[in-house]
Amino acid sequence: MLLVPCPNCGPRSSQDLTYGGESHSRPDPKTATPEEWRTYLYLRDNPSGWLVETWYCSSGCRRWFKLERHTLTGELRDPILPGSKTGVASDEATNIQGGTK
Amino acid sequence: MANAKYSAAGLFIRGARKKTWPRVWREAEPKKAYDVVIVGGGVHGLATAYYLASNHGITNVAVVDKAYLGSGGSGRNTAIVRSNYLTPEGVAFYDRSLDLYNTMSTDLNLNVMFSERGHMTLAHTDSALRTMNWRAEVNKLQGIDSSVIGPQEVKREAPSLDVSANTRYPILGALYHPPGGTIRHDAVVWAYARAADSYGVDLIQKCEVLDITCEGGEGSESDSADGKGAGGKVTGVKTNLGDISAPIVVNCTAGWASTISDMAGVKLPITTHPLQAAVTEPVKTFLPTVVVSGSLHVYVSQTDRGELVFGASVDPVATYDMRGTLAFTEELAGHVLELMPGISKMRLLRQWAGLCDMTPDYSPVMGHTQVGGYLVDVGWGTYGFKAGPVSGEQMAEAIATESMPELIAPFTLSRFTEGTLVGEKGAAAVGH
Ligand SMILES: Cc1cc2nc3c(=O)[nH]c(=O)nc-3n(C[C@H](O)[C@H](O)[C@H](O)COP(=O)(O)OP(=O)(O)OC[C@H]3O[C@@H](n4cnc5c(N)ncnc54)[C@H](O)[C@@H]3O)c2cc1C
Ligand SMILES: [Zn+2]
Repeated sequence: MLLVPCPNCGPRSSQDLTYGGESHSRPDPKTATPEEWRTYLYLRDNPSGWLVETWYCSSGCRRWFKLERHTLTGELRDPILPGSKTGVASDEATNIQGGTK
Repeated sequence: MANAKYSAAGLFIRGARKKTWPRVWREAEPKKAYDVVIVGGGVHGLATAYYLASNHGITNVAVVDKAYLGSGGSGRNTAIVRSNYLTPEGVAFYDRSLDLYNTMSTDLNLNVMFSERGHMTLAHTDSALRTMNWRAEVNKLQGIDSSVIGPQEVKREAPSLDVSANTRYPILGALYHPPGGTIRHDAVVWAYARAADSYGVDLIQKCEVLDITCEGGEGSESDSADGKGAGGKVTGVKTNLGDISAPIVVNCTAGWASTISDMAGVKLPITTHPLQAAVTEPVKTFLPTVVVSGSLHVYVSQTDRGELVFGASVDPVATYDMRGTLAFTEELAGHVLELMPGISKMRLLRQWAGLCDMTPDYSPVMGHTQVGGYLVDVGWGTYGFKAGPVSGEQMAEAIATESMPELIAPFTLSRFTEGTLVGEKGAAAVGH
């Protein structure tokens, strides 16, 4: 089971959250060409390694946040709420090693 | 180099004389150069190599795999084949694969145990029934045996299903597809490996591709001078067994597709998710068809040995980790018992996972890319086993003719930037 550290609620089973997938910056819809927009919509890095991704704390605080997860080992680090520069999580929520139990 | 032909008489004579069997394919050392290097020794890579040799006379080919042949999805899938897809493009494509599967045992001289037992996709809601009707009509127009049947006919085909109205997800009907069934997946891997080997194709196991070398490209995200990316041209691969030069490199690595594509500087519309499956102890045969339930996220069939094989939809979180989870087993058991309350005493023997390369439209990504000589045959998600033969055949043609055959033209990588997706979700999200 993946224990996901919500910056507000602390570690929770991944089943209590909604997975938002790879996090990447959105082009400006006013100026983006159709090709740029579709690249944003469909193409993914999908690395085997560290990945910055988004989660939605759907049955907790109902906020979106980002964290880094290693897609091979399941390690998690640096949960961060949008707008804040550094992780705002409590100590117990950050740097959870070996998130897959 | 040709392999000894398998036959009933041969089996008898070898048995009587207690003779050992010859190796099925050679253990090959990588040469310095090939005309084509295929990365990934699953059904897709091996079939591509076989059809390159048999249909186009291109035999200076290597198939390299970082582990052993069939160690990816090809040896982990639940072996279901069918052609009752949703889009005309999908139906035509998968139907060609069934044709090739139908004659495979004789064509490749190896029994792949095709059990044409019928395939039933249950509808538990009005909207599901609507999709089934839609699919049946698309299928019929293309000559596919596919129709919507009612609960009583469902019961007749699979008496163990609970078709009463008192369940949480009552069975309102099903899309029934008699030509669907199961095929022994290992046998398919071995058949293509043996046939490709007999043409002189080198099958190289424990050979991991570490990089793809390119020249002339605009450069990758990490290094603008590495010659990869759009406008570039492939020159070879670097592996743990040394460098191999080749003007053509084909990515047939399914769940690992993005990691290989990254080496050529080509970004894919793919995320890798695990799909889990499980098998029970063997019991007497009681389930004659393949049964799929989209609403309950589960499907089941019974093997010739009598085990029930279960599968589900992919795990929601993207990962390259292939460990099974308890959450899967619990959910699976609950859902299966809703369909078949009678099997509550059966015990699970094993569960496992494989990696699935999911695309946004549930259709594959095939053919040439913006890097010359770098081709992809990926995006197989949870449905690529049945597509192995046709993919190999068409990819071989794409390589030999340097063009896109009609059957796979809809599945190009460029469809994602051009906005011409081929939406198969309604036919492929659960029912592999
Ligand atoms: C549990 C499960 C059930 C499924 N059920 C069905 C089903 O019922 N019907 C159906 O049609 N499909 C099904 N599928 C999907 C199907 O198994 C796959 O789509 C198909 O096997 C893909 O075949 P492939 O040859 O493209 O790739 P794979 O068989 O996955 O082979 C890819 C190979 O690439 C190799 N590789 C990776 N990286 C490297 C590298 N760097 N260098 C060298 N080699 C590398 C791997 O070792 C692997 O052997 C299922 C999948 C799973 C996991
Ligand atoms: Zn929360």
